[in-house]
Amino acid sequence: MCSEAPEEVLHLEHIGVTFHRNDAGELDLRAFGGASMKRTAYVADITGQAILHVLYEQLMAHAEQVERYEEWFVTRLLTDEQGHCCGAIARDLRDGRMEIFAAKNVILACGGAGQAYHPTTNGLIVTGDGIALAYRLGAPLIDMEMVQYHPTTLVENGLLITEGARGEGAVLLNAKGERFMERYAPNKLELASRDVVSRAEQTEILEGRGVGPEGAGIYLDITPVPRRRILEALREIVNIGRDFAGVDITREPIMIRPGQHYIMGGVKTDVHGATPIPGLYAAGEVACVSVHGGNRLGANSLLDTLIFGRRAGAHAAQRAAQMALPKVPRSALLEEEAAIREIIARPSGGRRVSEIKLELGETMNEHVAVYRTEEGLQKALATIKRLREEAQGAHIDDRGSVFNQDVLGVLELSFMLDCAEAIVTGAIERKESRGAHFRTDFPERNDEEWLKHIALTAGEDGPQVGYADVTITQWQPEVRSY
Amino acid sequence: MADFTLRVRRYDPESGEAPYWEERTVSLEEHRSVLEGILQIKARSDGSLGIRCSCRAAICGSCGVRINGEPGLACKTHIGAAQRHSQAIGKGGVIEVEPLGNMPVIKDLIVDMDAVHWKKIQRVTPYLIGRQPVPEREYIVPRESMLDITQTMACIQCGACVSDCLSMEADPGFIGPAALAKAYRFVGDPRDDRRHERLLDLSEDPQGIFDCTHCFKCVQACPKEVNPMGQIMRLRRIASSDEQIVDANNGVRHEAALSTLIRDYGLLHEAELLPRSYGGNSWFGKFHPAAARELLSSLPAIVKAVLRRKVSPRQALLGHKLPPEDLKAVKAIYEHVEGRRSPHRSERYELNLFIVGEDEDGNESAPAGAADKEQSA
Repeated sequence: MCSEAPEEVLHLEHIGVTFHRNDAGELDLRAFGGASMKRTAYVADITGQAILHVLYEQLMAHAEQVERYEEWFVTRLLTDEQGHCCGAIARDLRDGRMEIFAAKNVILACGGAGQAYHPTTNGLIVTGDGIALAYRLGAPLIDMEMVQYHPTTLVENGLLITEGARGEGAVLLNAKGERFMERYAPNKLELASRDVVSRAEQTEILEGRGVGPEGAGIYLDITPVPRRRILEALREIVNIGRDFAGVDITREPIMIRPGQHYIMGGVKTDVHGATPIPGLYAAGEVACVSVHGGNRLGANSLLDTLIFGRRAGAHAAQRAAQMALPKVPRSALLEEEAAIREIIARPSGGRRVSEIKLELGETMNEHVAVYRTEEGLQKALATIKRLREEAQGAHIDDRGSVFNQDVLGVLELSFMLDCAEAIVTGAIERKESRGAHFRTDFPERNDEEWLKHIALTAGEDGPQVGYADVTITQWQPEVRSY
Repeated sequence: MADFTLRVRRYDPESGEAPYWEERTVSLEEHRSVLEGILQIKARSDGSLGIRCSCRAAICGSCGVRINGEPGLACKTHIGAAQRHSQAIGKGGVIEVEPLGNMPVIKDLIVDMDAVHWKKIQRVTPYLIGRQPVPEREYIVPRESMLDITQTMACIQCGACVSDCLSMEADPGFIGPAALAKAYRFVGDPRDDRRHERLLDLSEDPQGIFDCTHCFKCVQACPKEVNPMGQIMRLRRIASSDEQIVDANNGVRHEAALSTLIRDYGLLHEAELLPRSYGGNSWFGKFHPAAARELLSSLPAIVKAVLRRKVSPRQALLGHKLPPEDLKAVKAIYEHVEGRRSPHRSERYELNLFIVGEDEDGNESAPAGAADKEQSA
């Protein structure tokens, strides 16, 4: 990933991403957490947005070659008799029509499962669809217990404040005005890796040194950064501070806390984005190539997405060139249509989808967060099992076909429950602390027993636990210290 | 916690019934967003209420709606502020939420962006056509140029500007504010190889850059301070001053005529406008055959304007008279602005409205478009 990164960044630059420049007109670089030097190319603080829009420009440039099915929702992946992935069934949100898509390969590129948590920095559409679809098809999930809490999310509503703020020189302060990172990571301070900073903040909060009405926050002070630089390079968080917290970040600190942001785990893939199921690929947050270990560094998610998206595409194209379009079983379409009809026709009176989703999210955020214990995790698992029962007959209001977001909510809820169950199962299994997974009952890293991935496959009554080897290349595992 | 009443425009295409208004009460803290109010309705009482939304942070651009008649993002509008706005405009504190305008409604608050917005974006060749040869490493370009086009990169394609574009309302074929702002993103990009072709295309298209009427609606609507109208004005200036494009729509000459008339008279001289547009700035211009033809074809509009007392025949023919000291002040503005012109495009007076007022207490970054306002005043 790292060796291909410069080429990928240059490719993006050549197709139009407006990366900021230094005075010589070359790409400018910015510091991010856990890195020992500036190494991140950026576009103000909208790097991801800029890349997304430029890639979409490319889709428009190739509109004649690439057909787009926007606002279609995949309900199920398909396999043929040999167990190879051969397509998907999807529903057009605009009119409720369902179609079967035969495909030589399917590449999942649909992100993580942040909405299984509440609050989360992730959008409302990030509901673990791809992870659950692949899992249901029999693909193993690995590292699901590794859930990243980002150190700087708004106390108010969980929105993200970019790590770029600390990269530009912002500091973290507790209620006593102390720059507490001096105690936890004297060398790296605010730019220690995310798990370290999040745990430090959580410790400050738990020990009564938090700020705000319930002491549940930490101050992020961006005022040490010159105002001009903030307006130029951190424009988006100026807006977020103003619009969502009523704070002018150029003049006063803003209240943040650790919040769910990213899942390192996902569908197991190799370095070509291929899952163990032939014909099924995954790239980005939905996948786990395991380049992030137990704790992803800032800006590496975009890179992972770009590198393995490209590799998955290339590999899938190669595979496609050697085969005929598979035949897909029409029966699957009828089954899926029936399943949707059943949801639409279900009797009123069950618990509301929104309530179940909220309880799931709050449970995960309470027990499967920065610090975890056996007791809390078992509680979470029991809750998930109960919510799964309740979800079976959850109430819906919308009985129509056009943009039926109630039906969507039911499908997404079941995806999130699958993901949550896998996350908790993995977290219960891993009896040590590593990366973002910290067990207060097993606070030490234990390489002897746990230098391995936990791999989960779908079984009759929940995830079946297995293991996978860790690929160790140039760097031997050693104790992390900052 | 306080109660807020939302009055939502509902439409169910499957019911066969016309759109209607529906009132619901939500309870939220007043600094929560209108989107949270809508989500509360969906969560607690009616899951069939349709709205696109995802990020809740004004980044994904999907929750564009009209609130109390003004287009914007539901996630970025505080529900308390929306209630006060409703009171101020005499709607009694009831917050009206309806779908964006200028686009067909699919259901409730969901509009067909493909049918209008994306079609127009596709119209402006919305991708970089890089200069050849492509360098081995990055293109070396001025630092400021990337900062400059980052303003248009900030566009999240929400459609708020399209919603209330008056030119588009009158002429649905107008390329429109979002797509033209996107066009600037490439015209202003020193890596692009087609600057002249792009500008020629947008100038010669009768529904291109000269179809904008400077109403400022898009500037006001944009939740990301992209300043679409400002970008359109920059396209015009670069097309005419830098690329010497004189369009067949007479857009450039018309703008030049307007500008010289104001310089000479301080106010618009209606009778001189068309002759100068078609015949150039000389006194003989008015005898240009094209000017005469245009004058004849405009007669009905002129008669209407006179009858409705928009102009008096005397003022229209003789021009308005300003007191000499006022006229002097107007000329001084021209001298000031023209004096700041520089041969380097990047130093043009109106460029980079993006970052201003830094390190000056009490002087917030001026709203984008401020300098444009100055110029067209």
